[in-house]
Amino acid sequence: MSETMHAKARLSRLQAAWVVARRDFVAVLFSRAFFFFLLGPLFPVIVGGLAGGIGGQVQREAMSFEVAVAMSEADNAAMLAAQERLRPQLGRSLPLLVELDRAAMGDGFDPQQFLAEKRGNFAAIVTGNLSEPIVTGTPGQVGRWQGGVALLAAKAAEANPSALPQVTAQLVSTSTAAVRTDRIRTAQAAQMMLFLLTMLLAGMVLSNLVEEKANKIIEILAAAIPMDAVFLGKLFAMLAVSLVGISVWGAIGYGLWAIGGEAITGVTGFDPANLPTPAVGWPMFALLGLLYFAMAYLLLGALFLTIGAMAATVREVQTLSMPVTMMQLMVFFLAAYTITQPGSGIELFAIAFPLSSPFAMLARAALQETMWVHAAALAWQGLMVMLIVKGGSTLFRKRVMKSGGAGRDKPKRRLFGLAKG
Amino acid sequence: MAVGDQTHARNDARALAIEARGLVKRFDGTLAVGGVDISVPEGAIYGILGPNGAGKTTTLRMLLGIIDPDEGVRRVFGHDRPHDIAREIGYLPEERGLYPSMKAIEAIAFMGALRGLSLEEGRVRGRELLERHDLGHAAEKQIRQLSKGMAQTVQLLGTLVHQPRLVVLDEPFSGLDAINQGKLERMIRALADDGVTVIFSTHVIHHAERLCEGVAIIAGGKVPYAGSVEAARDRIPAQVRLETRARSGAWMEALPKDTRHEGDFFMFPLPDSGIEPLLRQLIEGEAGILSLSIERAGLHDAFVHIAGEAAARALEEESAADLAGERR
Repeated sequence: MSETMHAKARLSRLQAAWVVARRDFVAVLFSRAFFFFLLGPLFPVIVGGLAGGIGGQVQREAMSFEVAVAMSEADNAAMLAAQERLRPQLGRSLPLLVELDRAAMGDGFDPQQFLAEKRGNFAAIVTGNLSEPIVTGTPGQVGRWQGGVALLAAKAAEANPSALPQVTAQLVSTSTAAVRTDRIRTAQAAQMMLFLLTMLLAGMVLSNLVEEKANKIIEILAAAIPMDAVFLGKLFAMLAVSLVGISVWGAIGYGLWAIGGEAITGVTGFDPANLPTPAVGWPMFALLGLLYFAMAYLLLGALFLTIGAMAATVREVQTLSMPVTMMQLMVFFLAAYTITQPGSGIELFAIAFPLSSPFAMLARAALQETMWVHAAALAWQGLMVMLIVKGGSTLFRKRVMKSGGAGRDKPKRRLFGLAKG
Repeated sequence: MAVGDQTHARNDARALAIEARGLVKRFDGTLAVGGVDISVPEGAIYGILGPNGAGKTTTLRMLLGIIDPDEGVRRVFGHDRPHDIAREIGYLPEERGLYPSMKAIEAIAFMGALRGLSLEEGRVRGRELLERHDLGHAAEKQIRQLSKGMAQTVQLLGTLVHQPRLVVLDEPFSGLDAINQGKLERMIRALADDGVTVIFSTHVIHHAERLCEGVAIIAGGKVPYAGSVEAARDRIPAQVRLETRARSGAWMEALPKDTRHEGDFFMFPLPDSGIEPLLRQLIEGEAGILSLSIERAGLHDAFVHIAGEAAARALEEESAADLAGERR
């Protein structure tokens, strides 16, 4: 027997977890199942894209794309007349002009203030004159309608214009309340993304362990290394696999965006450049998103592993995992609800409860700038992962590795047994 | 402690590879194993013999640290926690299992890695082992492409690749045909020759009788006997088988009271005083001795004597079922 071989009598927990993680990672990554798994999100994306396209179309139909004209009375009339002439040919690429009654507004009409006060439902306001029109609105709306306004102004000025007038942009600076409203959208979007990814990927852990039991490897693992090392190895292997999946999807998404981003924006009306900046800034938000995804995944994965370890068949796994899935849905709703309740008891509960904590904290990152709370939350979530893994592995050793007459005497209790004589 | 165990421990000066005292395990309040005492000296081949459901697997799992006993202590090479010396142990569970998509060589290397061997070293040793067992051609094949017997051999080699000092095999002969059973017996003997302690469970008495120097007889979760095979056989007095020309006569009074008549033979336990006084009386009484043999009890008889008729019947039925399975 070699000296080096037995220099250390056993692997450390981390080494043992690494052996399991390495095997699982390679096995999953180079399996056909993983290829199909990568294709999986394409279906919801296609369905979502179609639904989004239809929804966007409906929304565009329903939404008022009205742009107010608040020039002189003559210029207003000329602009409206130009619109009458051009709209049959150019349709919805032109704004729908609505004359604003300047007289009713008084002499000190300020289009920026008018929009900030949300009076009327206009995408933008055109002031100035035909040779020097001014478009006032949010950056997105100004960018969208600047060309159309220039065209209308040129057509209004002369029947056959040879050049378009220079349109001056006047941007509306949004209020604090508006910023918060926008960030809530970011928080909601991030939570939804986190939830979908977690649910999609955590199932992999479950199927992995079920496969392990079907292959009857689990007893070999349990005899060689501590069960919590097996759990940890599997969790981190699946986390690594999921990060590979996310990277692949991200790269494909980026590629598609680079090729047809404008077309996608045109169809869906979604432009990431217009996403409101989260309170902690985009780079930190992305990092926190990654960390909270890892935590959400590990927490749910540890729970699923515990269930998978206790169940003997796929049917039992499905039966047992259903309540956990439903609970996860509920904690997601809880975390989503608390976005609008910062500092409330219910938000603190959502932060403290392990399964909802990553979701609630990601929303916080979108809404509030304080950083130390994230360090504390991540530490808390990491601790909970360890506790669940420990609890799950203990339960596994206590309840699953049953054999002998006990299982045979009480057939109803064999749900948790390996059913051996 | 079982009586035979005391004798066995006293007579053997070797260090103990396994020592278990009063191991108890309950599942949901039902007693699965109720007080197991075992001492296995280093380098021994030791059998745990009993019918299915007797508690063999639970006992092995407790000895390996897969599950913890509710009561009692176990020590493997002096360690209370078997995982602490995982590198010294190889384990083949009864429920054979390997990753179907893994290549044979990778499966062996992985099992070695679980016990602390580097993957590279595991591959090198795995290839050597496969070659030695005429399976070199299967090294790069996926487990799912191998026959059941080949896959079982691969798993056994994975159990041995890290060169353990203790090998624990749970029902290793189950599911093997006669040829592979013979191969496995030779492997077990070779391991013991190299100083490796081998402990295996079985419900086939012949395997234990042929291989083991010590056995624990287990039935209904209890161990009524643990000790050497010889001591177990000595529990039953040797049987005398006598054939005489005369059918009756005064000499018959010399036969022990519990003599049975089986065909042409008289069968009775060897008297405590030995055979000579009886022989003298038979000759003087002109019994006309045609043949007389003294037959030592086998492990089967010892098992019946120790564990009872019901346990022995269960054991025989399982062996017969195994045999039928092999033939199929």
